[in-house]
Amino acid sequence: MTDLAIAPGPKVEEKLFQNRYLVDAGKPHIRVRPHEVPSASLLAMTTLCPAGCYALAESGQVEVAADGCLECGTCRIVTKATGEVEWNYPRGGFGVLYKFG
Amino acid sequence: MAEMQDRFDVIVVGAGPSGNAAAYTLAKEGLNVIQIERGEYSGSKNVQGAILYADALEKIIPEFREEAPLERHVIEQRMWTMDDTSHTGMHYRSSDFNEEKPNRYTILRAQFDKWFSSKVKEAGALVLCETTVTELVKDLTGQVIGVRTDRSGNPIFAKVVILAEGVNGLVGQRSGLRDEIAPESVALAVKEMHFLPRETIEARFNLRGNEGVVIEAMGTITKGMTGTGFLYTNEESISVGIGCIVSDFAESNVTPSQLLEAFKAHPSIAPLLEGSEVKEYAAHLIPEGGYKAIPRLTGDGWIVVGDAGQFVNAVHREGSNLAMTTGRVAAETVVALHRRGEEMDALALKDYERRLEATFVMKDLRKYKGIPALLHANKGTFFGAYPRLISQAMQTWFRVDGIDKKTKEKAIFRNFRETRSVWGMLGDAWRVARAWR
Repeated sequence: MTDLAIAPGPKVEEKLFQNRYLVDAGKPHIRVRPHEVPSASLLAMTTLCPAGCYALAESGQVEVAADGCLECGTCRIVTKATGEVEWNYPRGGFGVLYKFG
Repeated sequence: MAEMQDRFDVIVVGAGPSGNAAAYTLAKEGLNVIQIERGEYSGSKNVQGAILYADALEKIIPEFREEAPLERHVIEQRMWTMDDTSHTGMHYRSSDFNEEKPNRYTILRAQFDKWFSSKVKEAGALVLCETTVTELVKDLTGQVIGVRTDRSGNPIFAKVVILAEGVNGLVGQRSGLRDEIAPESVALAVKEMHFLPRETIEARFNLRGNEGVVIEAMGTITKGMTGTGFLYTNEESISVGIGCIVSDFAESNVTPSQLLEAFKAHPSIAPLLEGSEVKEYAAHLIPEGGYKAIPRLTGDGWIVVGDAGQFVNAVHREGSNLAMTTGRVAAETVVALHRRGEEMDALALKDYERRLEATFVMKDLRKYKGIPALLHANKGTFFGAYPRLISQAMQTWFRVDGIDKKTKEKAIFRNFRETRSVWGMLGDAWRVARAWR
């Protein structure tokens, strides 16, 4: 049912390349709190994040790189119960700048 | 900032359709308004399909058609139920929609919102961009009296704060005005902008001039999740996207960008996009919990409008018109209280809710209050089984292969019976009818 392997097309990184961002260097607006083992919700973000910002490190923890973030807020809502993600809006003026929206 | 005063009449948090509608209405009536937006400009953080419903904007800016950046007016609606290789469509196209004042338009939100914001400024509001509101300021009695922002400096004070902060609504949530949205009550939609020459779009979609087409699609495209796909024609581009309920996404292994790729690759969609140049990839949450998910809307010194109040009619794919209407009605409430010199406390602001009851906003949301739960509980049936059955029936019926029509008819009915059973189908019909009425 969830076999999407046949879907052609670019990787998400290539999609993000078309977007405009103003990155607030050194001040990521999303942080994953230190953890030993990620919850199922946090782990789900490695596939669920539409910008592919979440990845599972070899050491077993989930990491976030928020530079390509589309600011949808999905990770904030999904991990609200576990409190593993600290989510703020980027500082005023920073982050994704939609050209078309 | 020279023009920044001690105390405004109203602070509007956010510059999407609800915030712009509120700020414009307030400023037009002569109130002292400051609107605070975190984006570089109004629209730079905002994502929508997007369809503009003229009626809601006409009630705010009657002459908007003369100057707003509009793409195409919609003359044709295609509703598709899809399986992996086909779609079955119900199309409605009418030249009546080529009217002097068209009813619906496709728009690009970044451009449209920027224009709406220019009208807000013209009306006399102070619009402060690139500034994120971080929290509400309350007095000792709990009355909201202003906001703090991520700019250094003192809080900004006002008699009332209108929270038009969108689906994520951090300010209201962190101040305890409302709960976090549940993952079952919100959809994640992803969208791409595909550019093509306008002649190509007009030829592909059978359009003349500024006529436009809207496609709304459901079925196996969402891989068993509750959701829909869409494709809208703009002047020189096509907006294509797909969205599903967040909790469904979380339970599946489906990546949103892959889901969009699969939708774009569907044999009914791919030829429409062929040769296009993609210029943007966006994602956004859509509050889809409906009537039952509406949070508390007013309190001492605050009002909630737009997506922050869950004002989306998911069944009809309407949101921006509910946003503009709630923004306008909130502003009208505040204007009336201001004129009478009344305090903006919870009791007085409750009038906003009474006024909303009289509009299509609450009437429509109440009408469909059972739909979100129904679809979510039966997603396999409505987004998988029925679309497949319909496609198979159509294929059986239209394929000419020497089998007589009576036998085909029997095969179609047997397929429905075996998949859903007679009682199952009667139950589905009953549940839909009950939730729909």
